[in-house]
Amino acid sequence: MSKTIYLDYSATTPVDPRVAEKMCRYLTAEYGLFGNPASRSHSFGWAAEEAVEEARQQVAALINADPKEIVWTSGATESDNLAIKGAAHFYAKKGKHLITLTTEHKAVLDTCRQLERDGFEVTYLDPRPDGLVDLDRLAAAIRPDTILVSIMHVNNEIGVIQDIDAIGQLTRSKGVLFHVDAAQSAGKVPIDVTTSQVDLMSFSAHKCYGPKGMGALYVRRKPRVRLEAQMHGGGHERGLRSGTLPVHQIVGMGEAFRLAREEMASENERVRSLRDRLLAGVSGIEEVYINGDMERRVPHNLNVSFNFVEGESLMMALKELAVSSGSACTSASLEPSYVLRALGRSDELAHSSIRFTIGRFTTETEVDRAIELIHEKIAKLRELSPLWEMFKEGIDLDNVKWAAH
Amino acid sequence: MTVYFDHNATTPLDGRVLAAMLPYLQGAFGNPSSPHRLGRLAREAVGRAREQVAALVGAHPSQVLFTSGGTEANNLALKGVTASFGAGRLLISAIEHASVMASARSLAGNGWQVDQLSVDHLGRLAREPYVAAIADSRLVSVMLANNETGVVQDIAPLAELARQSGALFHTDAVQAVGKMAIDFAATGAHLMSLSAHKLYGPKGIGALVRDKALSLAPLIHGGGQEFGLRGGTENVAAIVGFGAAAELACSELVARRERLLFLRNLLEARLSAQIPDVVLFAQEALRLPNTLFMAIPAIEGQTLVLELDRRGFELGSGAACGSNSDVPSHVLAAMGVEVTLARCAVRVSLGVMNTEQEIEALVAAMKEVASQLRGVAAAAWA
Amino acid sequence: MAYSDKVIDHYENPRNVGAFDKEEQNVGTGMVGAPACGDVMRLQIKVNEQGVIEDARFKTYGCGSAIASSSLVTEWVKGKTLDEALAIKNADIAEELALPPVKIHCSVLAEDAIRAAIDDYRTKQGDDSSETDEGRKSA
Repeated sequence: MSKTIYLDYSATTPVDPRVAEKMCRYLTAEYGLFGNPASRSHSFGWAAEEAVEEARQQVAALINADPKEIVWTSGATESDNLAIKGAAHFYAKKGKHLITLTTEHKAVLDTCRQLERDGFEVTYLDPRPDGLVDLDRLAAAIRPDTILVSIMHVNNEIGVIQDIDAIGQLTRSKGVLFHVDAAQSAGKVPIDVTTSQVDLMSFSAHKCYGPKGMGALYVRRKPRVRLEAQMHGGGHERGLRSGTLPVHQIVGMGEAFRLAREEMASENERVRSLRDRLLAGVSGIEEVYINGDMERRVPHNLNVSFNFVEGESLMMALKELAVSSGSACTSASLEPSYVLRALGRSDELAHSSIRFTIGRFTTETEVDRAIELIHEKIAKLRELSPLWEMFKEGIDLDNVKWAAH
Repeated sequence: MTVYFDHNATTPLDGRVLAAMLPYLQGAFGNPSSPHRLGRLAREAVGRAREQVAALVGAHPSQVLFTSGGTEANNLALKGVTASFGAGRLLISAIEHASVMASARSLAGNGWQVDQLSVDHLGRLAREPYVAAIADSRLVSVMLANNETGVVQDIAPLAELARQSGALFHTDAVQAVGKMAIDFAATGAHLMSLSAHKLYGPKGIGALVRDKALSLAPLIHGGGQEFGLRGGTENVAAIVGFGAAAELACSELVARRERLLFLRNLLEARLSAQIPDVVLFAQEALRLPNTLFMAIPAIEGQTLVLELDRRGFELGSGAACGSNSDVPSHVLAAMGVEVTLARCAVRVSLGVMNTEQEIEALVAAMKEVASQLRGVAAAAWA
Repeated sequence: MAYSDKVIDHYENPRNVGAFDKEEQNVGTGMVGAPACGDVMRLQIKVNEQGVIEDARFKTYGCGSAIASSSLVTEWVKGKTLDEALAIKNADIAEELALPPVKIHCSVLAEDAIRAAIDDYRTKQGDDSSETDEGRKSA
């Protein structure tokens, strides 16, 4: 893993060594902690169950929830599916309309598409050009048959933070459920479900120095939110989500969230100063565009479009850096980022966007090296770019008639 | 010292499996969807594990879909394959795992007619009712080996009949895999569920092996992972662990089987000698080599496992998932075992690390508990 | 995206990057693609009096395969007559660079660029008769 500088913490994070150490105790035979928490007849099962409940408290504590409001899942994608489908099907008699944003994660968008196939109606709102939801437009979109609004807390690509307190007030006043995908915000933005009127909230462990394959869903008890289970079986998680609990992963998520709670303030400060250093470092380059609002934004995210340079070749040039062009889940396709398109960015700028996400193990030296590389490679690629040459000659590229390809 | 005899509930992770997993938690921790090097390393690791799991059941890697475990695999099989059908008739055996039972109930809620197939006194699926019912059924789910009794179903002829009448056949092989040789194609099943944590792999990972000609609808949407059939970032370390556990199970299958059979034969011989009225369920049936479902008449199963736990022996009183209920085993009920005897049932499920000394100690402890409890009962009676 | 060694070599050490004066009589310029599609290729050829391409230059906005395809083409067309250059097919480029299926369009673009450059040159020479259909489409 030698020389790669990892600046892709929003795609996934390494497991914190303290988390890994704790997880390992729940795996092999030597500690006697590998049991199945559903085994009620013996002490190995009880020890496993105890560990699961401790972790539940740790996750609940990060968002000031009651541990009984936390349901374990296999990840934020499953949490999103359970929240949206579970609520839609449970409340279908009340109405069949949902509202979400065009910039949501695929886990929300694809789930909504599925509900449309199942006879629900979904309104997809475009955010404002800064990435934030327009509350007036949201209020106008709510209808008598609207049952759920799903809006992510922090966008995975541009890192903007939605005002979930304001949205929650609106949805609560209209009697509509509010689901928040908080995969990207947990551990970065303080969350308090006693003050935010959020009804359902999805979490992921692996975006927060915990293991992959682990997530949780917050399901409010007062006022009570009901869901139709999506995974049926042994009745685990109070019947909301069956399946043997992966104890080591749960313990890992609990420990990761405990650390996040304790270290969030100091870590955010450190990460922000690194991000600002990176921002200052690339700001000197001509024709650079920052995507998304810089004020209401998580401290570790920087999303930049380098005009007249193509994104994939930029990624290739920056192979010493592990970064994303667009979200990790869509970058296998050649489509420009749909999030940037929704903000009104041109295809060209969307194509040339790079997301840098800084994290717990990023150093100043790494950031400096990244800045140096970016300068060098942007210069090289622009030297290669006919668009850059035309731009420098003062040609308005918008007025060029391009041969359709 | 504590001795673990509940390997059908879950197994400890093999140290070699842990060693394979660790690099993917910290060093090579990338997201398989990321285009950069760390992403590629993760992607390649998932690919290798897919080959290892496929090899264990004689399938092609592209037939293996990773899920969060056996329960999800069973849900995906039953709900995913029926999504494109209108309602129809679903046959399941009366002894299925809770995840198949509950998925079937969910389908029943959507208009499916669900019928349970009976088993004989040894827990084997009765043939005639199956033959009679298959003609107008669209989907069948029969487990390969039962988690409580360890009884192995001869599913190939059942699957063949299903295919002849145009029905799809699913088998829950969660308990069987790693304990007996399985060839997906030879079983004739269209769908097969697997889990890692029953074969010394990690919890939280399983797989659905499928006939690729089937149209399968995802249960979890978003992101397009697993051939678009299961959204969500891949659980790379667990997948790698599943792969490593599968490879070990494959290469050590014969040795493990011999070892487990030897231990169980010893256990059964000692029990019969020391506790003459012990009942060994389904002993004449083909069973997994590690499983013994038994009862000591008049000693309640839950009391026995708690007493044994106090003495350092960890046993199950049936399926872990159902063990919070007071209902005696639905499997024994289906086999026609009387409720009073069924209440006495306990399950010993052996692992490759168990020893002869542990077996001897367990039998001695059972005998001691039995005579004590009977002494109490006798004293109360007197 | 796993690129072949040849793609990486051309990408890291692109041949014949640059520009000729497109107003010169013996220069043909072909620009194909569009920024919105993520690829723009500009290929220029300098043709001598014998009708042989004696030099070539390119600039490309696009992915590694697009850059490699255009870099390769500048090497291939040099020393060829116009008709010989027109015989270069996208399949040859794709094969040489071992392009994955999702990148075949880069080689198609490179072939189009050759045609466009030659058409431009021939137009300048007042030789409209030899303009190819493909050239007209992508010019």
